[in-house]
Amino acid sequence: MIESKDPTPRPDAPASKEHGLEEVRLRQQAIGVKLRHMFDQVVNEPVPDEFLDILRRADERSSTKEGQ
Amino acid sequence: MSSIGAPPKPPSADDAGFKKELVTLIPHLRAFARTLTGDPTAADDLAQEAMMKAWDARASYQMGTNMKAWTFMILRNQFYSEKRRSWRQTQLDQEAAERTLVAVDDPEAPVALDELRQALKTLPEEQREALILVGAGGFAYEEAAEICQCAVGTVKSRVSRARKALQATLERGGYGRDGAAAGDAMRSILADADRLSGARQD
Repeated sequence: MIESKDPTPRPDAPASKEHGLEEVRLRQQAIGVKLRHMFDQVVNEPVPDEFLDILRRADERSSTKEGQ
Repeated sequence: MSSIGAPPKPPSADDAGFKKELVTLIPHLRAFARTLTGDPTAADDLAQEAMMKAWDARASYQMGTNMKAWTFMILRNQFYSEKRRSWRQTQLDQEAAERTLVAVDDPEAPVALDELRQALKTLPEEQREALILVGAGGFAYEEAAEICQCAVGTVKSRVSRARKALQATLERGGYGRDGAAAGDAMRSILADADRLSGARQD
């Protein structure tokens, strides 16, 4: 019952389980590489000026408060 | 030695150091927000809000501890509190996203990256964030658990489920891309990963 999943095993069937595991590992590795690549692409983008402007304004506001 | 009960340093000196470190984290916050939301504009809004929340909360941050994890936690909490507030809007966004899955057509984007981006969107959020933190953000399971405020085992199982689900989605090509044969997404990912790792030898 359990083994009846593939009713027509090919000649290379005995090695197929191990081969399947290796294939899964390779695919997972490929997905991992792509995922990191996707993330790193954004990390390597230049930061929009807006971010630094907002932070600079906030910093100025807080130092003004301290100076009072 | 005198760490307990030591008087706080002058705020201005701390602020400068904090700001400097925060600035170096902006690219990472943007990347986390982008992969979490899948939308560049919404992501930058989220990253800016997280940056400002971190700035406002700087008094509660202990210099020398993991500031990256601390800011990621702020961003993540911000993401979920906004989602809760605007869940109706989110539903609409999701419908729009589903439509773009079919309509997506950016000749500049490498195919495999696009397939992965779309497949990521089909994951439950908790699995997506765990996979991004561990698989792309470079966090250890323990750090990811702190960021997500859950148990280490929970992160591990979420990452594992996310990986399996992603692979299944990519092999099925089952997210409505027009005319793509099943397995095309996975094939292009494999080819692209080969190209990326082969690039080092060039």
